[in-house]
Amino acid sequence: MRYIDEQTVEKIALGAAVLGTGGGGDPYIGKLMAIEAIRKYGPVKLISLDELEDDQLVVTVSGMGAPTVAIEKIPSEHEMTAPLEMLERVLGRKVDVVMPIEVGGINSLFPIIAAAKKGLPMLDADAMGRAFPEAQMVTFYLDGFDPSPVTMADEKGNTVVLYPQDGVWTERLARALTIEMGGSSSVCEYSLFGKDVKTSVIPDTLSLVERIGEYLLDNQVKEQIGINKMLKELNGYFLFEGKISDIERRLSGGFTRGSAKLEGSRNDQGKTFSIYFQNEHLVAKEGEHLLCSTPDLIAVLDAETGFPITTERMKYGTRVVVVAFPCHDKWRSPKGIETAGPRYFGYDFDYQPVEVLQKERR
Amino acid sequence: MYRLGVDVGGTNTDAALLDERLQVIHTVKVPTTKDVESGIFEAIAKVVQESRIEPSDIGYAMLGTTHCTNAIVERKRLNKVGVIRIGKPATTAIPPFTDWPQDLREEIEGASTIVSGGYEFDGRLISEINREEVLKFCKEIKGSVESIAISGVFAPVNKEQEENVAIWVKEELGNIPISLSNEIGSIGLLERENATILNAALMTTGQTVINGFSKALSNLDIKAEIFFSQNDGTLMNAAYALRYPILTMGCGPTNSIRGSAHLSGLKDAIVLDVGGTTSDLGVLTRGFPRQSSLAVTIGGVNTNFRMPDILSIGLGGGTRIFGLDENFTIGPESVGYEITRKALLFGGDVLTTSDVVTRLGHAFEDKVMQVDQLSIELCNNVYKKMTDMLEDAIDQMKTSSKEVPLILSGGGSIIVSNCLKGVSEVVRPKHFEAANAIGAALGQISGEVEKVYSLEGISREDAIHHAKKLATEEAIKAGANNATISVVSVEDIPLSYLPGNALLIKVKVVGDLVGSGVEII
Repeated sequence: MRYIDEQTVEKIALGAAVLGTGGGGDPYIGKLMAIEAIRKYGPVKLISLDELEDDQLVVTVSGMGAPTVAIEKIPSEHEMTAPLEMLERVLGRKVDVVMPIEVGGINSLFPIIAAAKKGLPMLDADAMGRAFPEAQMVTFYLDGFDPSPVTMADEKGNTVVLYPQDGVWTERLARALTIEMGGSSSVCEYSLFGKDVKTSVIPDTLSLVERIGEYLLDNQVKEQIGINKMLKELNGYFLFEGKISDIERRLSGGFTRGSAKLEGSRNDQGKTFSIYFQNEHLVAKEGEHLLCSTPDLIAVLDAETGFPITTERMKYGTRVVVVAFPCHDKWRSPKGIETAGPRYFGYDFDYQPVEVLQKERR
Repeated sequence: MYRLGVDVGGTNTDAALLDERLQVIHTVKVPTTKDVESGIFEAIAKVVQESRIEPSDIGYAMLGTTHCTNAIVERKRLNKVGVIRIGKPATTAIPPFTDWPQDLREEIEGASTIVSGGYEFDGRLISEINREEVLKFCKEIKGSVESIAISGVFAPVNKEQEENVAIWVKEELGNIPISLSNEIGSIGLLERENATILNAALMTTGQTVINGFSKALSNLDIKAEIFFSQNDGTLMNAAYALRYPILTMGCGPTNSIRGSAHLSGLKDAIVLDVGGTTSDLGVLTRGFPRQSSLAVTIGGVNTNFRMPDILSIGLGGGTRIFGLDENFTIGPESVGYEITRKALLFGGDVLTTSDVVTRLGHAFEDKVMQVDQLSIELCNNVYKKMTDMLEDAIDQMKTSSKEVPLILSGGGSIIVSNCLKGVSEVVRPKHFEAANAIGAALGQISGEVEKVYSLEGISREDAIHHAKKLATEEAIKAGANNATISVVSVEDIPLSYLPGNALLIKVKVVGDLVGSGVEII
């Protein structure tokens, strides 16, 4: 057990942007909210999976909606705890522990605010090990857990309780309500007991993003020491270094889809690469040759600072380092690949693990 | 009618006179003075006297100045501000002034509140604004603040609530200066609010600058219409500048790029300003500097302020070369302004980039004897590396892979080769030393609009048309001639994650000054 203070939040925000793989929202707003909450209510207790009791009730706290709305209509303080309070009313008991649904982007920070305000501990684990765009893309869904009851709130004081069939229905219903609520909402789902949580979540992921943040803050730019430390930690691969030579984005189905073309530089001079995304980066290729695909992680980092670049901030001429990490084994199960593999996102090829692709490349 | 451009920089105050055809008549340079005003007076007096024109023939006078930047950086001459954010119950998780440096906050914050109100992205209400709530806050702060900043959630989509709250503030606090966020920034509440607060804090400084410039002109019998440079290369009139002094910030680099562009006759190019220590690159697109997409920090505060996209690299005329073998390194240390004492070619003992180009016969032909001990092979290698550094920087700033012209300025530009990869031609214009003041004199009037449209009831084309109309109205309000207005940029951004058809449209138009019939680059 340890405490999350203001410095920890800074590191988590940076590291979470890496595992956000280009999406998940800019953590700046989340960072300020978490720091504000810690100043007001004190540091948040972070407990590891083996400190979690089997009979403790755990629930996820997250935000849903458009990042562009979040930077303008900043959430209310109450909005962060409203779905939690409604859930306690529905269940007729107190929640013991909160946890993030995803460890990528802004949602890694939202539970910190609820935890600070409610004086609850937060679990050092999440249900993605990265960021994904849709609500059913969580390990709880893969393991067949029921998300119900799902509680949602907006800043205006509206709260909603849903009993969806499964995670896919959460995505459909909650997304529609979020738009009515003005493009952003806060959500609690998957209220589960410690013994079940332990079988499904990806452990120690907050500590992991904190360490990544620390490496990148200490990054010695020229030697890329921070980036190398991060790759070692995540069993990751240096895919290539290059310059964005073309970027194309369009809106379809409520998501930003698009692709970037890159010209290799330094050791990759003369080669061309491409990256495809739907909010998050999904596929990286060298020429026509696949380098990495979802559910494995692809992160684009600024070549000068080593800091992650979100898809909306990629522009022509940016010098980048592109790295990849293997996803958690749960995503490599048949159901994992069916839920978040390349075919789910409309790509006409089968998933191959990044380490296999990298071995072939060499 | 002549145009007079004045640029107040950290070291020098420059003035330039242009004729009706925008040809440069004369330029002068005087040291910037501590009170700034007397330096401005000196520069104007000198340029008028030396060019022997009649003061009454000057029709327009433009000032680009660092007053406001200095006030914020030095935390001096700032007003106490009362901040009203409209958005409750939203936004309470991050109150105003969060993430500000403590010393600046103490200097500026009079009081702040979050009141009911605000809009959704599609223009629906978050909640109604409440007169009693606003009046109560105003009563509490009466006498303790000098200006008011008002920022409403999604005010760039609908400004009505901000305007109504401003009316209520006036009821209680009389004629206090009020800054509205919808007139200052774009989507991104915190950054826009921060810029609005800084603007409100600059009311007295802005007034001092405007009065000082007017006084200097009237003391010299110049009855010109006065304008102030904005950081995007356009002008605002005195009335507008009084309300938005923050928009004068950061106009120096912009005026430099615009001035260089005019002198070269190009509209699309890369501008390379080589000084003693660094090379600064900017991009000229259709006559205007390309804006940076990153948030700009002013005095430690995040704003969504528009600034030119400038890339600086540590390579200038005084940059030092270390090592005389194949393991040499270039900079980033520089001898700076001491080059005329320390560089080999001037009899010093430090090897610099200027010595290398002299040895290779590209500059200072009369000094080549001072550097003839240097190996030609080494110099060629260093020169190649320097050229690589510049080519790399130019490539980073380009927006496509096709070749572009390069406009060179600055005292260190002798180190730049005439033949660069990715560059179609290298242009070295005359008068480049006064490019900033010339850039100020050339300013145009702009209007900008950034608005989120829901495409449920309106087509994309109609939405863009509507945005262009709003931008044109903005430009006319700021002093542009309706007949000369043209659209310089239209950008639309789909709002991700939202399956509605929400689209953020940004439009910018520019026009000539009312009363001037000349087409301007």
